[in-house]
Amino acid sequence: MSTLNQLTISALSTRLNHREVSAREAMTSCLDRIHQVDGDVHAFLSIDEADALAQADAADHAIANGEGPQRPLLGVPIAIKDVLAVRNQPLGCASKILAGYRSPFDATVIEKIKAAGAIVFGRLNMDEFAMGSSTENSAFVTTRNPWDLSRIPGGSSGGSAAAVAADECFASLGSDTGGSIRQPAALCGCVGLKPTYGRVSRYGLVAFASSLDQIGPFTKDVHDSALLLNILSGLDPRDSTSVPEPVPDYTKALDGNIKGLKIGLPKEYMIGGLDPEVKSAVRTAVDQLQKLGAEVVEISLPHTDYAAATYYIIAPAEASANLARFDGIRYGTRVDASDPLELYSRTRGAGFGPEVKRRIILGTYVLSSGYYDAFYLRAQKVRTLIREDFLKAFKTVDAIVTPTTPTAAFKVGEKSDDPLQMYLSDIFTISCNLAGICGLSLPCGFTKDPQLPIGLQLLGKPFGEETILKLAHAYEQANPWHHQKPLLR
Amino acid sequence: MEYEVVIGIETHVQLKTQSKMWCGCANAFGAEPNTQVCPVCLGLPGVLPVANEEALRLTTLTGLLLNCTIARYAKFDRKNYFYPDAPKNYQITQYDKPSTFKGFLDFEFQGGIARVNITRAHLEEDVGKNFHFDRSSGVDFNRAGVPLLEIVSEPEITSADMAHEYLNALKEVLTYGGISDCDMEKGMVRCDVNVSVRPKGQTALGAKIEIKNMNSFSGARRALEYEIPRQIEVVSKGGKLSQETRRWNDEAGITETMRSKEQAHDYRYFPEPDLMPFAPDDDWIASVQRRVVELPLARKQRFMRDFDLPAADAQAFVWDVPLGNYFERAAQQTKSPKTVANWVINNLRARLTETQTTLENLKFPPESLVDLTGLIESGKISTKIAQDVFIEMFNSGEPPSAIVEKSGLSQVSDVDALGKFCDEAIASNPKSVGDYRAGKVAALNALKGQVMKLTKGKANPNLVGEILENKLKN
Repeated sequence: MSTLNQLTISALSTRLNHREVSAREAMTSCLDRIHQVDGDVHAFLSIDEADALAQADAADHAIANGEGPQRPLLGVPIAIKDVLAVRNQPLGCASKILAGYRSPFDATVIEKIKAAGAIVFGRLNMDEFAMGSSTENSAFVTTRNPWDLSRIPGGSSGGSAAAVAADECFASLGSDTGGSIRQPAALCGCVGLKPTYGRVSRYGLVAFASSLDQIGPFTKDVHDSALLLNILSGLDPRDSTSVPEPVPDYTKALDGNIKGLKIGLPKEYMIGGLDPEVKSAVRTAVDQLQKLGAEVVEISLPHTDYAAATYYIIAPAEASANLARFDGIRYGTRVDASDPLELYSRTRGAGFGPEVKRRIILGTYVLSSGYYDAFYLRAQKVRTLIREDFLKAFKTVDAIVTPTTPTAAFKVGEKSDDPLQMYLSDIFTISCNLAGICGLSLPCGFTKDPQLPIGLQLLGKPFGEETILKLAHAYEQANPWHHQKPLLR
Repeated sequence: MEYEVVIGIETHVQLKTQSKMWCGCANAFGAEPNTQVCPVCLGLPGVLPVANEEALRLTTLTGLLLNCTIARYAKFDRKNYFYPDAPKNYQITQYDKPSTFKGFLDFEFQGGIARVNITRAHLEEDVGKNFHFDRSSGVDFNRAGVPLLEIVSEPEITSADMAHEYLNALKEVLTYGGISDCDMEKGMVRCDVNVSVRPKGQTALGAKIEIKNMNSFSGARRALEYEIPRQIEVVSKGGKLSQETRRWNDEAGITETMRSKEQAHDYRYFPEPDLMPFAPDDDWIASVQRRVVELPLARKQRFMRDFDLPAADAQAFVWDVPLGNYFERAAQQTKSPKTVANWVINNLRARLTETQTTLENLKFPPESLVDLTGLIESGKISTKIAQDVFIEMFNSGEPPSAIVEKSGLSQVSDVDALGKFCDEAIASNPKSVGDYRAGKVAALNALKGQVMKLTKGKANPNLVGEILENKLKN
């Protein structure tokens, strides 16, 4: 018998609507769990408990008024990555430079989940400004993997993944620029979805790399992922890059029938650095998908090798401009000086961590006069080729299957001195953002010793979320993985 | 050696829109500092820009008015530089794909028509305004994000005066087209001037010196009047000028070095990822095309040509467009447009001002003015009576012929009737009669005046003169 905080959103909603539990009890179960384990996990940077409980009480009123059936998240506690703006809550991007800053407005996704009834609570840890793959770049604390506290949870949305895996919330929101949802979801053993670029409004997401960033959910199963995507998706007049594509009911696609769906295995992804246990778990998963009725074919994504280099030009370039606004003039940290230039240097010198500085410098360099053509312009051209690789592949297959990460979770400190090694942990997830397609990671087994989750990545066509959710759901229902919980005392 | 001057001008103009470029904040001057701001124009974490469509329309309209090519694919870029008045520390602008390019502006200069080619007109955003106090500085972000159009001329201007006329002509086009109010006092127009000198006949340009951020046209002229001789002096003494940016010190009346080429900014332009490229279709462009108005110079030339008006009259109808339009409706129905123009400029305009009436509230149609001049020309009423008829027509809106009929103001042209009045005048003014007969021709006017008095001004004065002359000869 699972405890209240371990439930999925759909299980909790059923109980709330049947008045078997109250929203206050649901919220309290999360807070209790946080008090119990977050001293070790460090998923949260801060929690406004009074506000969370007040929202829970308001939700209970709404449930009593019979609003439950119209509001699919009514009374469901959802925690938020520290990169998304929530009105009157701190917005810090796990950086010192935003010390004391509170957002005066809600991100569009926050407005949407609030309208659907969610209790929006907590600020989840991350790599500073979403730059990193382990949360070790947080200016405040490194989040630990609930399956092994000596290991990292992945990143940059490590707090979002760990909080869901440790049952500190029912679901969470994160952002994915090069794998920042899928990689930590894989390493923590939950379901992480990065929607197609333009599917979900970015308004209220503090930009890292604007042409790559997307917001997406972390959930305990695929059905919850589909449920949240229903709410998050859609055109937003405040985001010119959001797309007026109709929003289907994604949960309707979860019928278990994957007969005839064609799955592509990119030969370029079977690289040397791939851990044997990860490789075998993915192989087994592919075999299972085949048994469930899918057709498996080998495909080629010839420009795969250039993805990381391309990403590490485009993302820092955009970041160098996006992060220019953190200058100490209007908000956040200010280190005073006698003239503006000195004020900028001191403020930014003190406010940003080393990885953020590294990327700002890199981005500034690749955009500089005389280097633009050789770096930025060429990277944009390669980006087009990478996208064309995928679009070509999707002419013959409905989805692409890969490992989410080359290895399971690594040890805290293992790669933090070697940025290049760290960058390689995103090698399977980066292309998806460059191509602007959708991707999802779900558990597909565990390593033996220690027992660490392994993630299976499904990549879909632009706006092909229904297909990857359908495949993921069919696979998930045929397997025990999503029922397994980390021990954590 | 003789030197020639090469000048190019970048003009920044605030567009006349209701709201700012990327958000819904009011685009209005003069509010309390930081009261017309929101998360978007303050550049708070997480915000995104959404392009103001009216600003895009006004940019295209400017392109059409300046004979530019309208881009079928335009995009926005980020221009990176740090300054406290820039909320994002980058400015969104159009770098290599501007909305409009390759046009020209014609204007009157030194008795002829001069043409300056326009390189491009592109859309960007204004920044906030810094204020410096005794011990601190402040920034007002009300202006941040106001849509700004940058119009770049080719380096084809050859003197300070020509630069001044170019700027005035450009301003006239922009206000005429409803693009901008161009209120200099409110900082709606600012310009940067690029100026270089070279020995006459040399094709290569001299070192480009940019004088930044002048907020008046006369200031720009004064700056050039200082800068041109300065450069010529340096070069003629064998000195070398190098590329630099200078500022105009209006109080001292001199230009001063701001930064040298080595200190020039690297703006690191790259495509703005938060905005989609703008690719207007035929319908969209056609909808802007419908807002194109006749330009001031073209209007002046047309009025002079089609209605045979002197330059001053035509200019009056350029400055006051509704009045000119009113004149045009009347002028199309008459054979003597000049007479109608006189009535419009001298009488109608004066009366409108006196009574603070607008043309929309005018009670009579242009046809009435044509009728009135017709009545004068046919001799039915005198010019003097016509003034009274005009007043009546202005007050009541009645057609002039009806007023004349009703009030018996019609000029007496009946020879027999007038003869009797003339006899009366001759009989009662023997002195004038004597003077006339003694050779004083002017005495006839006194007699004419008597007849006019007797007829209460209704007599046809020319006819009265003829009758009197005949009678006095006999």
